[in-house]
This record gives sequence, C-alpha cells and structure tokens, in this order.
Amino acid sequence: MTQNRAALIFAWALLAPAIIYVLVIVAWPLVETFRLSFTDASLRKTTNYVGWRNYLKIFDRDFLEIIIRTFTWTFFSVLLKMLIGTFGAVLLNCAVPGRHVFRILTMPPWIVPMAIGIFMWGWMYNGQFGMISGLLQRFGIVDGPVAFLAYGNTAYWSTIVTDVWIGVPMVTIYFLAAIQSIPRDLYEAAWTDGASRWMRFRRITLPLMGPAVITMSMLSLISTFNSFDIIWILTQGGPSGSTTTMIIDTYATAIGSKKYGEGAARAVVICIFLSLFCVAYFRMTRKLAAAEKT
Amino acid sequence: MALKLFKKDQTRAMIDRYSWAELVGIYVGIALFLFFMLAPFIEGFLVSLKPLAQLFSSPYSFLPENGSFEAYRTMWVSVPSFGRYIFNSLLISTIATIIVLILVVPAAYAFARFKFKGMAMVLAAFLAVSMFSGAVLLIPLFRLMRTLGLLNTYFAMIVPGAAFLIPSAIWLLRTYMMRIPIELNEAAYMDGASQFYTFRRVILPIARPGIIVVAIMTFIGAYAQQFIFALTFNSKTEFMPLPVGLFAYFGKQEVIWNELMAASFVGIAPAMVIIFFLQRYLVGGLTAGAIKQ
Repeated sequence: MTQNRAALIFAWALLAPAIIYVLVIVAWPLVETFRLSFTDASLRKTTNYVGWRNYLKIFDRDFLEIIIRTFTWTFFSVLLKMLIGTFGAVLLNCAVPGRHVFRILTMPPWIVPMAIGIFMWGWMYNGQFGMISGLLQRFGIVDGPVAFLAYGNTAYWSTIVTDVWIGVPMVTIYFLAAIQSIPRDLYEAAWTDGASRWMRFRRITLPLMGPAVITMSMLSLISTFNSFDIIWILTQGGPSGSTTTMIIDTYATAIGSKKYGEGAARAVVICIFLSLFCVAYFRMTRKLAAAEKT
Repeated sequence: MALKLFKKDQTRAMIDRYSWAELVGIYVGIALFLFFMLAPFIEGFLVSLKPLAQLFSSPYSFLPENGSFEAYRTMWVSVPSFGRYIFNSLLISTIATIIVLILVVPAAYAFARFKFKGMAMVLAAFLAVSMFSGAVLLIPLFRLMRTLGLLNTYFAMIVPGAAFLIPSAIWLLRTYMMRIPIELNEAAYMDGASQFYTFRRVILPIARPGIIVVAIMTFIGAYAQQFIFALTFNSKTEFMPLPVGLFAYFGKQEVIWNELMAASFVGIAPAMVIIFFLQRYLVGGLTAGAIKQ
C-alpha cells in the first residue's frame, strides 16, 4: 500500500513539470482567448467587456465565405495529400533497386524549414520568370505568362499545391510503414492462389491501410486547418481575399489591425471547429482500437 | 536482400519479381512522385546559379547559361548578418529541444509505466493541445510574453515553440518506453531501489536510443517551424531566426532571388546533414510508435 502511494506521488511528480508548462503556455492562453473575445481589447490602455458584440459583428457574409473557403481549401488539400501519399507509399514499397534512396529523397519538403520551401514555390509561381509558367509556355499549353499568385482562382490552387507538397512526405512515410506492417503471408497466399498484383493491392493492401488512412486524414485535417505560413508568405490572403482562410483572417484582424477582442472572437470560432475535429479524432481512434481487439 | 530471401523461400522472391512493363511503370511513377517533391529544390538551386540579370529575362530558360556560384559569395555581402540568423536558428532549436527533453522524458516514463486514475485524461489533453496551433492563441500569447518581459528576446520564440513540440514528443517516447520490460522495474524493486533510482539508473540508459530519436525529431521540428512566433514576438534583427531573416533579401525594389535561393540552401544544410546521417533512426522511430501498438 505504501509502495503504491509512493508510486502515485512519483508518477505525478514526473508529470508535473510538463503539465504546468503546457497549462501556462497553451491552456491559459486558450482560456484568455475566450475572455478576450468578450472585450474590446486593443492597443488602448482600457479594456471593457462588450458581451456578444464581437460575435455579432464578425458574423456577416464575408466571414461565412471565409469559413466555407477554409473548409474547401482544407478538403482539397487533405484529399490530395491522401491520394498522392498512397501513390508514393505503394511505389516506394516496391522491391526495386534504389528504393532506400528514393525514400530519403521524399523527406526534404517536410524537414526543410517551411519558409524556405515556400520561398522556392513563390519563385516557381512567378509569371515572368518562374518554372511552371515558363514550361507551360515552352510546351505551348498557355500563350502568355501566367502569374499564378496574381489571380484569385490560381492563387487558391497554388497555395493548396504548396500545402500538399509540404504534407505529402509525412503521409507517405506513415502509409509506407502501414503497408510494411501487413503480414507477408497474406500476399503469398494470394499469390499462390493466382491473384494478380492489382488484385492483391485492391483486396489486401487497400483494406488493411484503412486505419492508417483514417488516422492520417484526421491528423492532416487538423494541421491543414491550422495552416498559416504557406498562405501568409505566398499571398497574405490575397488577391482580394481569395486565399483568406480563418487562420489568416484571425491573424490579420488581431495582429495586423490590432483588434485583439475581435480577433479573439474569430479565434474562438476556429477553436470550436478544432474541438469538434478533436472529438471526432478521439472517437475514431477508440473505435479503431476496439475493432483491433476483437 | 532479395537474394537472401530467394535462398530461403522461393515464393518470397517470385512475388517481388516484376515484368519489364511493371518495372518501367514503377520507375516512371517514382520519377513523377519525386519530381513533385524535389522540383522546387532543383529550380531553387538553378536560380541560385543564375546571374540576377538572366533571372529577369524572357523567355524562360531552365538551365543557367553562364552559371556560377557567385551568389553564394555575394549573399554574405548583401546581408552581412546572415550567419547570425543561422546561429540564431540553431540556438533557438537547441534550447527548445533541451527544454522539451527535460519536460518530456519524465512525463513519457510516467505515462508508459504507471496507470493511475486521471492519467489517461491528461494524456488525451496533451494530444488535444497539439491540435491548437500557435496561430489561434497568438493574442494571449503575445500579451503573456509582454507581461513576462520576453518580447524581443530569444525566449519569445523558444518558450511557446517548445510548448507545441511537447505533445508529439511525449507520444513518441511513451510508445518507446512501453516496450521496456516491466520485469526490470520489478527486479530493481526487489533489490530495494527507489522509484527515482530505478528511473535514473535503469530506465534512462535503456531508453537512450528512443530519447535520441525524440531529440532529433524535436530539433527538426523546432528548426522547421520558427516562423509565426518569430514574426510576431520578435522585431530585433539580431535575434531573428533563418525563416524570418531570409526576408532581408526582399529589397525595396525587387527580391534578390539568386542570393535568396543560395542563402536558403546554406540555411538548409544543417538540417540536411542531420537527416543524411540519421535517416535510418528517423524512419524507424517515426513509424515504430505509430503503427505497431
């Protein structure tokens, strides 16, 4: 009994520093965000409580548009990450010479400081001198230079492509690990029964990758929803708001225009969505764990 | 590898045998995939070799005409403090990594070994934390940093940065430590070792490989994600880390692209060296925790 007691104290003592640190740096600011969202906090010295005024103010057509844009942007980005990640993982799993080198070559976008990768994309999207526009012209696909970041539609997709580029390596490596943990006996049995490569992929690999795909799409959903650096460096939310997602909008309101109270209200709306994703994620992992046990 | 398998089991080798068409398909697929992953780096490298005049000329030419490494020399002249930015980045990442390790190693051990009431909740809370990015909490964090007097210091970037690296580090190390046999704890207890002694003298030495993986992951994470806090909480040039410091190449009139790219490659180098030497641990460490539970 005393031993148990000592262990209990010891365990919590081990946890305490990390808990306290995260409480101060993350949990308290989270609570503070909620409090600030009911104030008119700004650079001025005085701060008053204004009730729901911030929320009433932000919920207009523009904000609704931003929410919808955030969701479509996130949806396309996550979808492409999953598709390209699966494509890459399946290919890198093939027992061909050079596969170890190929696996290493997948990692740079993930490892390199994000800002640097984004600068390089910024150059590639340049209409006059960039690679994409240059090659498209060379091959006669477009007539003149295409400044990808100068038009709403192309800027929207350009930021998605860059986000996908940064996200794919992690997805690929994770999927690769998932594929490699599938027992080889299954493939051998299928092979003995004469199943084609495609059949084996369709009937063994894909179904058994299921849990990994669900986990990864939830995790990417959350990180993509939070994506800031890419859009901020490439377009700062422009041109004329066509790449303004909720994070960018919050940053511009709070830090750009110094409207802390209103910015906090916008941040709270993001937090509500994130919490919903969070709950969905925990539900799903629990379900997956339960399914594995049976 | 393939050869060894062939001797052991014929089926294994046969299953991995591809027809010519399949081989071509696989390599074309891999080439396309890797092209997408590496195109920005290839283009960036070529840009760093081109003289500025050639960069701003139409029509577009993929390869540099009279390429040189001139930009790799002039980049130090145009932005004299560039070396300082790299140093700052390394310093910030290193201190953040140390803070994370000090907090995470004991916590991960506690989560791996003890099952007391409430601990599952705390673990879930840690995971939930990783889902709120710094961008959402920027306003109160800014005020917190101002109250603590940390604005415009290294710690304005280190302290919040470390907090967001803690959850994934705990998760990774916990999975690693769960694989350490509990018999070791029991044997230590029989010999009369205290809890702390067991942790310090039995568990820590065994967990060292896992701790190294977590340290590398945390360092890379800290090195890669120094943008938003540095942009918002620090305005002093001498403390700027690389990602923000690179904006120095954005001149008043135009961006000095070739030097920007050259500087980017110089800035990437430390991370790349780490990856090159440690990629084996990384792939193992990344995937071990995630899948095989």
